[in-house]
Amino acid sequence: MEFGPHLMLASLEGAVIAAILSLTAMGLSIVFGVMRVVNVAHGEFFMLGAVLAWYVTSALGGHPALGFVAALLIVPVLVAAIAATADRLILKRINYDADRTIVGTIGILYIIQQTTLMTFGPDARPVEAPFNTRLSLPWFEFGENGFAMFWPWGLSTTSYKLFVIAAAVVILLGLWMVITRTKIGLVMRATQQDSEMAQAFGVPVGTVYSLVFGLGAGLAALGAVLVVPIQQAHYLMGHDPLLLSFIVVIIGGLGSLPGTIVAAILIGMSDGIISVFFSPTIAKIIATLLVAMVLVFRPQGLLGKTAP
Amino acid sequence: MSDGNFKSSKLSRRSTLLGLGASAGALATAGVLPGTARFAQAQSSAPIKIGFQKHATGIGAAYGRWYGATTDAAVKRINDNGGINGRPVEIVVEDDGTDPKRGAEVLEKFATQHECDIAFGTLFSHVVIGSAPRAGELKLPYFVVSEGHHVASGMLNRYTLQPGITDVKSQVQSMAPFVAGNLGKKVTMIYPDFAFGHDHRDFFSAAIEAQGGEVVAKIAIPPTETSFTRYFPNIPRETEVIYHVMVGPAVLTFVKELGEFFGPSRPEIFGFIDSLEAVNINSPGLEFLEGTYFWEGMPRHAQADQTSHDKAYRAAVGVDDRGASLSDGKDVSTFAHMFGCWETLNIIKAGMEASDYQGPADRAKLIEAVEAMTDLPESDDHPQGPKQFNGKTHQVFGQQYISKVTDGKLVRAHTASIEDGMYEDEVDYTAQSF
Amino acid sequence: MTSSRKSTLLHLGVLALLVVLFFVLPPYHAGNLSRIMVLAIYAMGYNLLFGYTGLLSLGHAMFFAAGMYGFGLTLNLGGWPVPLAFVAGVVCAGALALVIGLLALRTAGVAFMIVTLMFAQTGYLVVLYFGTYTRGDEGFVIQQAQRMLGGFDLTSETGRYVTALILFAICFLGLARLVQTPFGRTLVAIRENEERTRMLGYDAGSHKLRALIISGAVSGVAGAAYALLFGYVGATFATVQYSIFPLLWVLLGGAGTTIGPLIGVFFMFYLIDTSSTYTNAYMLIAGVVLVLLTVFAPQGLAGELRKRVFKWLP
Repeated sequence: MEFGPHLMLASLEGAVIAAILSLTAMGLSIVFGVMRVVNVAHGEFFMLGAVLAWYVTSALGGHPALGFVAALLIVPVLVAAIAATADRLILKRINYDADRTIVGTIGILYIIQQTTLMTFGPDARPVEAPFNTRLSLPWFEFGENGFAMFWPWGLSTTSYKLFVIAAAVVILLGLWMVITRTKIGLVMRATQQDSEMAQAFGVPVGTVYSLVFGLGAGLAALGAVLVVPIQQAHYLMGHDPLLLSFIVVIIGGLGSLPGTIVAAILIGMSDGIISVFFSPTIAKIIATLLVAMVLVFRPQGLLGKTAP
Repeated sequence: MSDGNFKSSKLSRRSTLLGLGASAGALATAGVLPGTARFAQAQSSAPIKIGFQKHATGIGAAYGRWYGATTDAAVKRINDNGGINGRPVEIVVEDDGTDPKRGAEVLEKFATQHECDIAFGTLFSHVVIGSAPRAGELKLPYFVVSEGHHVASGMLNRYTLQPGITDVKSQVQSMAPFVAGNLGKKVTMIYPDFAFGHDHRDFFSAAIEAQGGEVVAKIAIPPTETSFTRYFPNIPRETEVIYHVMVGPAVLTFVKELGEFFGPSRPEIFGFIDSLEAVNINSPGLEFLEGTYFWEGMPRHAQADQTSHDKAYRAAVGVDDRGASLSDGKDVSTFAHMFGCWETLNIIKAGMEASDYQGPADRAKLIEAVEAMTDLPESDDHPQGPKQFNGKTHQVFGQQYISKVTDGKLVRAHTASIEDGMYEDEVDYTAQSF
Repeated sequence: MTSSRKSTLLHLGVLALLVVLFFVLPPYHAGNLSRIMVLAIYAMGYNLLFGYTGLLSLGHAMFFAAGMYGFGLTLNLGGWPVPLAFVAGVVCAGALALVIGLLALRTAGVAFMIVTLMFAQTGYLVVLYFGTYTRGDEGFVIQQAQRMLGGFDLTSETGRYVTALILFAICFLGLARLVQTPFGRTLVAIRENEERTRMLGYDAGSHKLRALIISGAVSGVAGAAYALLFGYVGATFATVQYSIFPLLWVLLGGAGTTIGPLIGVFFMFYLIDTSSTYTNAYMLIAGVVLVLLTVFAPQGLAGELRKRVFKWLP
């Protein structure tokens, strides 16, 4: 394929990755920012989202769009409830201590993974997209006959992938509205800045933490529901989203939500675009090193204010 | 996971006794079978313990579940027919977590804790290679069902054998004549960027050049990749055939995105069924596979000329004519690989009977007996087809199948002969001491 | 008895116990114990950086793997003798730690976690990329005949146990001594308050770098020992999972205690091994136990012992 169309295809693919990643990482970022704990089980909430989406769609049957919409509404709430329960039962009891939270959430990770393996099984299972038309894309070039349009071989995307990008933008805008314009958002921001002070002003910090933990997991699940018609639900799929979200949150700058978005777009897109120039594994090596180097020279992250 | 969650022996006392009784009766009527005398003089009626290394968790769990089901079926059949040397067979299952470290630990457990007679197992090459040194040191015969080239390459040891499934070198090499002769000579290969993929790359490149073809591009996909479209533009326009092989949970995404990338104008596509093992070929998004070709270790869909052996094997394991579970038609098996468990257990039985195996002291005799095997005709013991075992390299050779997707069904289009998959010996394990 | 006498007795006692156990344990458990000792070396290396210096690395698998590949490749491809190859493995790990340290120690806290994670991920991909030599994920075998030291067969049950015990003893006593030295005490001071340590005139940066190099080299000892004693080198040991294990072991056993790592590895090994005897869902049991431990034994097993019983525990 020629360079231009190849770059465009890689960017489109990168945008889909970035869209899902920004939702998942936003979930982790909120938890990280407000509660100051590393939730190692975050990827498992993503996986739960995908697996539950499979259950919902296959239980409903009928047109794929019906099941998909149902999953979009039910699954994030369900996962958020599970996460909030875990917060109440475990994290609250260990006072959100940083080290203990790591071990505790590794424990939660094992529990969720094994339970899924025993119920859902080891197979990767597809969920049908509500709509999925292949869209060939044109390319423009100045040739001998002036400006010409042609249809390069393989340059295409699907309507569903475009929908994922749009949906992520809408959800993130909605989230931004909630955080900046509502009372819940205000309470969250207050807790993030100084939880003791917030408590003194009558903010029920415990409840806020549970809500935030649930919201974080719900966002991951939402990303998973969106992605599951492209990828399949599988009990080990939480690994990559966890690592990537973790990276995105730190690169963006701890506690900076805009930073998270910027980093998600950067990392999602760069993964695609670097692959245009190098062989796949070399591209991965470069992309990985790049992340390390950004932090080496800017430890506070892209939009972080002070070193954590 | 209905049948995936068992532990230790599946053998009930009642079925053992029934099996023994039935076989004794059969032998008595047959009169002069060599087994009769041995059955009478079996020194111990304690079960023969076979340690089964299973991918119950981890990345190989989808394979492990079906390897487990096939193993149970094979052992049941062996016990129903009188066991081995008059003794029932007991399978001891341990989960290796699809991890080479745990695999080696489990092997030690078989040898020193469970006191198994032999170990038997598993698919993923890294688990086999991580475990095999311990098998050699513990002098525990280790029968693997992995399709890796590690056994025949000479990397392992005299205690490790692969008598029930062909290796990747043989499989790949025997595909080249068909691909070059029927599909095209300019091939682009897409494979995972790890040892299994590199074996495909190296063996196929050499084999297609011998047929006058060439590999025009080699696209190695990094492991744990979950989206693939951005790699496809590296496929050169001149490509006549795409050769793909993928493993792991993202295989369906891979094949779907391949279809979306090409749209209506695709080249010929030839893939290893590994790319779709345990996946329903009629899943949404796979319509474009119509008219493409797959290597299959054993045809997943029952063919028009189905043998009685194939039929009996399917019935015993509990899969239907489309290679799916009898209880759930959506639950597709790893049909192209799991026959290896069935055939390996039958080789173990034959080897133990030929060497008059009585206990761990006879392990070397057992290995010598298996090394002495050569022709293994197609039978209920070997439903996949006839095979030849090479005692020097500890590797079996057999027929390979190429199927064409026709009306959503995998229809056999070509059978590669045993000779097509033969290559020079790379090791002589019989020269090593026990 | 003074604390330091008690602590010396404790360390020698642990080693004496390990010697005795070899003679009383059935072969299966003796075999497990030699593996546990090798992994405990890894955990001890990790503990020096995490437990004593307060730096949480998520990339230690790269040091373990550097030791493993440094040993395995020089032995297999280079044909080096075992002792030299072993040293090569340890040097590889230490040198890698130096390079990583120069870059990563510019950061702290969560950024340090990510930087080490990313470097380790790069290391894993590099192993795969050079599959021609490393055989990638599949790995390679170190033949039994190669694993001899003089006339001493390291692959026999005795040879393996003795080798593991000697290596373990060296690292165990060496690190126990190290954390008592002024250098070790400075590391603890850095963990507790880096700013103040700096103001007292200590070069915190150089201390952290030296701690990282020692930690990496000790992890490399474990990697090389694993390859030597169990005959296998593979990329699995370079994955993230193997970076998280030492963190888990150390947190379980008790961070910043000398015997914590051994206890953590032992506990985790037998937790998986025992529960897998009873059920296939052993990960579920492991998960529940981890959760219960964090709730009821927040400082790890050795840490709880120190808090409740043995206040002098080093």
